[in-house]
Amino acid sequence: MTQTSEPSTVDLSVFDEDTVARARQLISRYPLSRSALLPMLHLVQSVEGYVSQAGIAFCAGQLDLSNAEVSAVATFYTMYKRKPCGEHLVSVCTNTLCAALGGDAIFAKLREHLGSEGKPLGQEETSGEPGTPGSITLEHAECLAACDLGPVLQVNYEFYDNQTPDKALELVTALQAGEKPAPTRGAPLTDFRQAELQLAGFFEGRESDLDGPSAAAETVRGARVAADNGWTAPSMSDDVAFPPVPEKK
Amino acid sequence: MVDSLTPVLTKRWLSPRSWTIKTYEQLEGYTALRKALGAHPDQIIQQCKDSGLRGRGGAGFPTGMKWGFIPQGDGKPHYLVINADEGEPGTCKDIPLMMADPHSLIEGIIITSYAIRANFAAIYVRGEALHCIRRLDGAVKEAYAAGYLGKDILGSGFDLDVVVHAGAGAYICGEETALLDSLEGKRGQPRLKPPFPATAGLYASPTVVNNVETIASVPFIVNGGSDWFRTMGRERSPGPKIYSLSGHVTRPGQYEAPMGTTLRELLELAGGMKDGIPLKFWTPGGSSTPLFTADHLDVPLDFEGAAEAGSMLGTTALQIFNETVSVPWAVMKWTEFYKHESCGKCTPCREGTYWLVQILQRMVAGNGTASDIDTLLDVCDNILGRSFCALGDGAVSPITSGIKYFKDEFLALCDKNSAVLAGAH
Amino acid sequence: MTLAPEKSEVEVPEGHVKLVIDGFEVVAPKGELLIRTAERLGIVVPRFCDHPLLEPAGACRQCLVEVEMGGRPMPKPQASCTMTVADGMVVKTQLTSPVADKAQQGVMELLLINHPLDCPICDKGGECPLQNQALKHGRSDSRFHEHKRTFPKPLPISTQVLLDRERCVLCQRCTRFSAQIAGDPFIELLERGSQQQIGVAEGKPFQSYFSGNTIQICPVGALTSAAYRFRARPFDLISTPSVCEHCSSGCAERTDWRRGKVQRKLAGDDPEVNEEWICDKGRFAFRYATAGDRFTRPLVRDAESGELRETSWTEALQVAATGLAAARDAKGVGVLTGGRLTVEDAYAYAKFARVALKTNDVDFRARAHSAEELEFLTSTVLGTTPDNGGVTFTAIEAAPAVLCVAFEPEEEAPIVFLRLRKAARKKTKVFHLGQYTSPAVEKTFGTLLACVPGGEPAALNALEEHAADVTEALRGSGSVILVGERAAEVPGLFSAVARLAASTGAKVAWIPRRAGERGALEVGAVPNLLPGGRLVSDAAARSEVENAWGLVAGTLPTRAGRDTNGILVAAASGALDALVVAGVDPFDLPDPGLAQRALEFAGFVVSLELRPSAATAHADVVLPIAPAVEKSGSYLNWEGRRRDFGTTLEGTGALPDCRVLDTLAVEMDADLFTQTPAAAAADLDRLGSNVAEASAPTVSAPLLVQPTAGQAVLATWRRMLDNGSLQDEEPNLAGTARPVVAKVSAATAVHLGLDLGADITVSTERGSVTLPVEVADLPDGVVWLPGNSGPVTVRRNLVAGHGSLVAVAVSDGPSAEKSASDRGGNA
Repeated sequence: MTQTSEPSTVDLSVFDEDTVARARQLISRYPLSRSALLPMLHLVQSVEGYVSQAGIAFCAGQLDLSNAEVSAVATFYTMYKRKPCGEHLVSVCTNTLCAALGGDAIFAKLREHLGSEGKPLGQEETSGEPGTPGSITLEHAECLAACDLGPVLQVNYEFYDNQTPDKALELVTALQAGEKPAPTRGAPLTDFRQAELQLAGFFEGRESDLDGPSAAAETVRGARVAADNGWTAPSMSDDVAFPPVPEKK
Repeated sequence: MVDSLTPVLTKRWLSPRSWTIKTYEQLEGYTALRKALGAHPDQIIQQCKDSGLRGRGGAGFPTGMKWGFIPQGDGKPHYLVINADEGEPGTCKDIPLMMADPHSLIEGIIITSYAIRANFAAIYVRGEALHCIRRLDGAVKEAYAAGYLGKDILGSGFDLDVVVHAGAGAYICGEETALLDSLEGKRGQPRLKPPFPATAGLYASPTVVNNVETIASVPFIVNGGSDWFRTMGRERSPGPKIYSLSGHVTRPGQYEAPMGTTLRELLELAGGMKDGIPLKFWTPGGSSTPLFTADHLDVPLDFEGAAEAGSMLGTTALQIFNETVSVPWAVMKWTEFYKHESCGKCTPCREGTYWLVQILQRMVAGNGTASDIDTLLDVCDNILGRSFCALGDGAVSPITSGIKYFKDEFLALCDKNSAVLAGAH
Repeated sequence: MTLAPEKSEVEVPEGHVKLVIDGFEVVAPKGELLIRTAERLGIVVPRFCDHPLLEPAGACRQCLVEVEMGGRPMPKPQASCTMTVADGMVVKTQLTSPVADKAQQGVMELLLINHPLDCPICDKGGECPLQNQALKHGRSDSRFHEHKRTFPKPLPISTQVLLDRERCVLCQRCTRFSAQIAGDPFIELLERGSQQQIGVAEGKPFQSYFSGNTIQICPVGALTSAAYRFRARPFDLISTPSVCEHCSSGCAERTDWRRGKVQRKLAGDDPEVNEEWICDKGRFAFRYATAGDRFTRPLVRDAESGELRETSWTEALQVAATGLAAARDAKGVGVLTGGRLTVEDAYAYAKFARVALKTNDVDFRARAHSAEELEFLTSTVLGTTPDNGGVTFTAIEAAPAVLCVAFEPEEEAPIVFLRLRKAARKKTKVFHLGQYTSPAVEKTFGTLLACVPGGEPAALNALEEHAADVTEALRGSGSVILVGERAAEVPGLFSAVARLAASTGAKVAWIPRRAGERGALEVGAVPNLLPGGRLVSDAAARSEVENAWGLVAGTLPTRAGRDTNGILVAAASGALDALVVAGVDPFDLPDPGLAQRALEFAGFVVSLELRPSAATAHADVVLPIAPAVEKSGSYLNWEGRRRDFGTTLEGTGALPDCRVLDTLAVEMDADLFTQTPAAAAADLDRLGSNVAEASAPTVSAPLLVQPTAGQAVLATWRRMLDNGSLQDEEPNLAGTARPVVAKVSAATAVHLGLDLGADITVSTERGSVTLPVEVADLPDGVVWLPGNSGPVTVRRNLVAGHGSLVAVAVSDGPSAEKSASDRGGNA
């Protein structure tokens, strides 16, 4: 719903024609336009590296929502960042299991490394000028659904499995130096904004990302053990028929 | 006698480029769809009912029955929504499945949509699972190109569009009504029930919400039949199940075994406890399911077995902790998680987790008193069954079960001279 | 199948169920929420998020009860605000269930752990559901020894609503009200979990005409009123039921006052009218009555100095009576009453005109008006009430379709708007014949039937041909046409409305903007009608009135009098010698210049007023009268429903108009029997009504004048919050007025060479206004202006109205902020 007659005071020029076209495309994917809000906020982050007030106004305008309605959504989800992020977003799982396996120590090590003036870096704070090469936003994350590979961390939502404080430090140091070490599972590393564009559902020109590795030894462990032992599910019969159409009650 | 491991959903994971339609079609992919499109939709629903398939997302609701709730001939659009918002601590089965074998999910979606007469399906995937989203997007595009999606699928006259929808970081969206609100572009807060999604779900229309593992099982049931499915598992919990072993085990990973397999059996396959350090506590199905101990090694891990032993099967996320880990510390960490992920809608969960975390943090820091344990339990009692949705119930599980089995450890924290355990520093 | 009835004697009617609550058997309609059924039994279950007019939320969990279904207890306590009754249900509340009691105490403790417990400095203290329920259902001490959540406080979320997030219990009544009832989702839940809070978007305050309702329904002190903050304690206030004096909805209100001063107004509960809501004008605009410039003593114009000077009532009344009597006996006196009088006061003017001044030159219409309008009101509106099939609020809610004609419901009758929105959220189709998709069109999910100003009659006449779905919908039984005051500016429109109603069977209601208009019509404060709906031209009706009033037969003038415009023209040209003017502001009239001239040239002017106005500036005698809060009386709302109210502030010495006129009449040797509002009402009742039969107008619409290059047709109406003098002294309220902008279509902007960033100047030969412009879906060649907002006073600056031709050009310079004193329009 439009907030009538409020002359817009926010400059939306950062959202160019391509972004507007993408926003329209998002809307067209759903039976009702508002469903496009979550992907559209990802789209906004791909442009600005966070959800700015302009980003909120942009989404509100595209979807005919009030700025308050968009703000309500943008502030609910942890992946929408309120402050500009670094080139990379490093997320360390510190949920119980990863933490017990070393996740807390990894996070502490990275905080210390990325901090300045003897002060460790805080949650969702950025080391370096946000957006510049080598800048890193650090966060501790909740369970990242890779528990068999813990402790895990993600860079721009690509997985780096079976981490230790030293390995994580090496990774982050490389990122700061402009390197892009390959993830254990996921596509070749780009940056936070490009990852956000994919989360918004735009993969054009990045088809080869599909071939990034996904199956760690842990992932296929059961399947491998079964294969090695010749274990299988019972075989299916060749002539399986459907039950008859049930009578209407 | 059925083998110890029964790879069904996980079988293709070993194949090279298993995520491509080419590999999938070489391995019987989309044969079930062809078969299903030749059947009456109600036959598919009936077959699913006969198979005894129960939801793999945690609650174990009979899948065929859920499909049967969708009113037919109501003139409204129907929707299928896949709950791929895997986030329950310890749970790590759906994301590898979707990365390795996305077409099995898509084929299941097409068959299920045909059965419930839905022409639009959405896969709501956790935003943090970017590579998984990529694979799903690629697979959906392949399926469209091959004529498995879109208009007049395989000449059947059935139309289906599928959209892959990335979440944005909210555990609560795994709750199906919160997921629906989120998919509608709102804050992911649970909805009042009734009305249930089967009558008023997505866009207030009849909607089935199913977990990834559930729907990926459907093509196998169509091809193998309900009797085949029932050759695995137990009477009321049939079929194979992906058990995710993590933590202090020698070989953590995904093990697909018949329902009712015990942790003792699984541990054996996984090479036992890591470095031989004894087992102390474990979750049978994620952190929201009450803890088990070494006394529960022989509990059959199916819906009934876990419940009878005082916990829940949940997502068969077996997080295994050895004797070096402090229970109060682990409980505190989990409680921090629930506090962070509480949606805020209802008082008991929002305020209760806020309070519990502070008590636990204070206790773990060595500043607790024995009466804090009573307060913890009473606050848990004021949350359990009083919250709007099950998140509150899940939040108190680690605390009440932790105190039930390890009260001495909590009491020891109140004694400043007690030995400091790993983690509880 | 017949089952042997159980022991119970209670009969269960169709559509009802029987259940047991705390041991009491109770019958309840299907679908009723447990919390309400319990309440009907006198069992109050504590609650915060529950509100009977909002959709259930189940969020606070305070109302948990134990429920047994089919003999089996449900495993968890249930929220009684979301569970509906069922046959055979057994419910145990906190009164009989230790489980429910413990659950409620537990929730209460959790609600309080983060509450600041600052009741001693909280405006809500003393009337706070949290405070009350905590004392009744909570623990006596807290087990919470940790850190409380803190927020900076208070946070202004608009100029009139302050938010204290520490006190908030996140019941979401405010956000649900704004989204569901008002349709203004500008206040929302932000953040998540324990950080969740109410808030607005950055730079976008809570600009809703209904925001004050959120303060009233907030069950804690989280939302407070900037105007009322720290003014009083609830237990020091005296509450008097009252009726809103602003628009024609006639909302029930409660006025809270202490030491002779109104502190605040709250919405009253009247399911037939305003339910439990009022608009912000009704809630916050009351300090005009205590403005420093209010008249407290009569004034007469000093012959030597030419200035008004204070005097005694005796002298003032003598001067007035002498002057009026002389004028009456010469060319005559005209009476302009304005649209804000009570029924009783309007009746006194109507009678005063006939009995003391011997004239029918009386008119309440202090706005654009026409003979066609009077014909329409006489034929179609006069005498309709809820009791004789007239359109009502509830009829709107039940209507299959509603067509709004020249009526902007949210601006002109906000509570009608809320009812329309409520209806539209269910099933009612709403159509708006207007100029652009205004917020009200959007929020009633309405269909805009857009036309050029002045083109409304043609649009209605062509409905069948061009929009058969609309006429089809209007043929549905119970459909309604609502017509607003702007219709009087469009020749032929009332005739077209009457014709459409006749052809579709839809009922018609006229919804004027001011509280007193409908009553004034019924009591004969118009040139063609005597009180009770009697035609001046009807000899039998005249003699009924003469009998009742004790007049000699044949005393009453037999011909219809002059209307407002006629009275002004006559006064300005010397055809009338005097004017009696009540609450009329010349700048509300179509030609303020004419009004000014009339006031100047009339030989004698008596003004009955509250505060200085352009009328009192020319008056020979000013007689101070009481504002609504200092008198009793009644308004007749647009439905024709009588809305009685008593005196809130007694003994201020201020006199109602009817009393002043009664005394003045005595000075002129006439008896009105209107010494008090009660006496006036009794006199009116004795007279009774005898509503005239009259036929609807059949005025055809003139051809529209086409704009030439650089011209546009003006569309204009007034906003709810504007320069109206009844909103004086309320800076907090004024801060939520809508921005002052002009609107044109995109094509017109291009055509006129307008740069949307720049200001535009709209002018007539009489004057001009400069203001920012924005694009709206207006018909091409039309410019919209707010009627009386900020520097834009269409009547005063442009001497134009809805349908006038105006010149539009890019402004040369920045829009000069007009001085604060440059404001026109009474109300």
